[in-house]
Amino acid sequence: MALTKDTVLWMYRTMWTIRLFEERMAEIYLEGKTPAFDIGSGPVPGEMHLSAGQEPVAVGVCAHLRKDDAVIGTHRAHHFAIAKGVDLKKMAAEIFGKVTGLGRGKGGHMHLFDVENKFSCSGIIGASLPPACGAALAYKKLGKDSVAVAFFGEGAANQGSFHESLNLAAIWRLPAVFICEDNAWAISVPKSKSTAVADNSVRAAGYGIPGVRIPENDVLAVYEAAGEAVARARRGEGPSLIEVETYRFFGHFQGDPEVYRPKDEVKKLREKDPIPRFAQQVLGRGLATAEELDAEKEAAARAVEEAIAFARESPYPDPQEALLHVFV
Amino acid sequence: MRNGRQLTMAKAISEAIAQEMERDERVFVMGEDVGVYGGIFGATQGLYERFGPERVMDTPISETAFIGAAIGAAAEGLRPIVELMFVDFFGVCMDQIYNHLAKNTYMSGGNMRLPVVLTTAIGGGYSDAAQHSQCLYSIFAHVPGLKVVIPSTAYDAKGLMISAIRDDNPVVYFFHKGLMGLGWMKYPETTITPVPEEPYTIPFGQADVKREGEDVTIVAVAMMVHRALEAAEQLEEEGISAEVLDLRTLVPLDRKAVLDSVRKTGRLLVVDEDYRSFGLTGEIAAIVAEEAPEVLKKPVKRLAVPDVPIPFSRPLENFVIPSVDAISGAARALVV
Repeated sequence: MALTKDTVLWMYRTMWTIRLFEERMAEIYLEGKTPAFDIGSGPVPGEMHLSAGQEPVAVGVCAHLRKDDAVIGTHRAHHFAIAKGVDLKKMAAEIFGKVTGLGRGKGGHMHLFDVENKFSCSGIIGASLPPACGAALAYKKLGKDSVAVAFFGEGAANQGSFHESLNLAAIWRLPAVFICEDNAWAISVPKSKSTAVADNSVRAAGYGIPGVRIPENDVLAVYEAAGEAVARARRGEGPSLIEVETYRFFGHFQGDPEVYRPKDEVKKLREKDPIPRFAQQVLGRGLATAEELDAEKEAAARAVEEAIAFARESPYPDPQEALLHVFV
Repeated sequence: MRNGRQLTMAKAISEAIAQEMERDERVFVMGEDVGVYGGIFGATQGLYERFGPERVMDTPISETAFIGAAIGAAAEGLRPIVELMFVDFFGVCMDQIYNHLAKNTYMSGGNMRLPVVLTTAIGGGYSDAAQHSQCLYSIFAHVPGLKVVIPSTAYDAKGLMISAIRDDNPVVYFFHKGLMGLGWMKYPETTITPVPEEPYTIPFGQADVKREGEDVTIVAVAMMVHRALEAAEQLEEEGISAEVLDLRTLVPLDRKAVLDSVRKTGRLLVVDEDYRSFGLTGEIAAIVAEEAPEVLKKPVKRLAVPDVPIPFSRPLENFVIPSVDAISGAARALVV
């Protein structure tokens, strides 16, 4: 699939937007939590699952999506939301629990809903696949050429919802794309101790659909594979499964003692940071200049700071709002 | 019986499990992150190091399979303890629980024994939002065939866990995250109690008067016991004497303890961190309405989450989960 300069610059800017947003969230999360860490304290309380290192999955896939395509993410979903075009200010405000947030502060960071941009996510493992089947079914019934993408982790590939959804999407030839983010860890449990096969993409064969694994967190390889899968779905030829080897730079959640993980693992992963690798690929292939890339990174940094300032300055919802919106 | 050694609830639970594993080789543990990690909320800390991967098994995220497997293993004579991290996560595997674990003993005419302990974390108050903050124990208590245990202190946690493991029936054992004594989450000091080193049991169906009083009965479980105790201290300064009754188990339920207390005080406040409708507060109110309505000096008062999901934003969450002030205010309104 031909890669335009606009796409390359969008990919680079979006990867940096994700990275800088997550790094700022890691800092802000600790506000009010030092010296004594209390998960419920500070401007951003609760669990915080950050996606730094996993940018290639979100960006390589969403580069092919339109506003009318649906994306359903996981508990670790900031990168998907950003790549799908969710408003960064409203997203940041939601994570701060402010009334200007996507869900008026009701959802929080694991439950981001943007109806306009067709983005949602869930704190429950494996929960993204069935609704993606449903969105895809709707597009088919309504005669639209939109597609639905479900992201999920490699841990979720052992959930019933994974197997049931692949089968359902296959027998109904739904315009769905299933993207497995293999970051090697289901909290503390490594893939080798939870999954009977090393490569989840081979499971696609059990449902008669194409399956491919992308090694080494390579955004251009993800872009290529996702391009085929999305185009196939849009043509009405049914679902595909892609597993991407990716890197979790932070713990499962912020504050995770990570006693289960080899001490130097993150250091080694960071040496293979996918963003500088992408920059080298772009420059090497003459797809953009260093100055152009730097300008995109600066734009990303500005957008992140503006979003965080917006979130900080926004008011909290009135407590009585807790009683609204159970029904509409 | 009680000695001076103080434990957190998490340590009391893991000690109870360890002692039963020493005593009975049929006992084993399965669940997500129960091994090297020691349980996300510390309920299985130290067990993997002590008993190894054969008896402390990390599972894939396949709850239907491993909770269903606990049923099968129990039917074959083993005594599994199965943890599913948050009660909010039970949706995917409820069929194995409410159609099989809860019913096979009955459907077999009492011939099949299922000594399974299902453990899980409950509760909010730390901004973990709608899918990680629920209590939901009433759902399990609603279905016949499951015993439901909800400790509020380290002492109760150990004795109730040993009783749960030795019970020949399915027991769902709920621990409140905010009572576990974790280093990374605020907890009330009153949850840390002396815990004897030797094994001991606490029978199910025996509520515990955590504080004696004369003017009003406050019935609660888990975190709400501690908030009720704090509210009772506030009330004492105003000359109001509140009795705090900790149910400790919902199934079996100590109806007599509720009635005895209300007969003494004549006023009942039921406080719950679960949803208000069709749950614990209504059930306790119904006991008094059916058995002793004449002793009530005022209508029963209920405080619970007002039938909304748990919101993320702190001011919203604080608004829906009963606070110490809300409890003392409701109790005060019953008395004065």
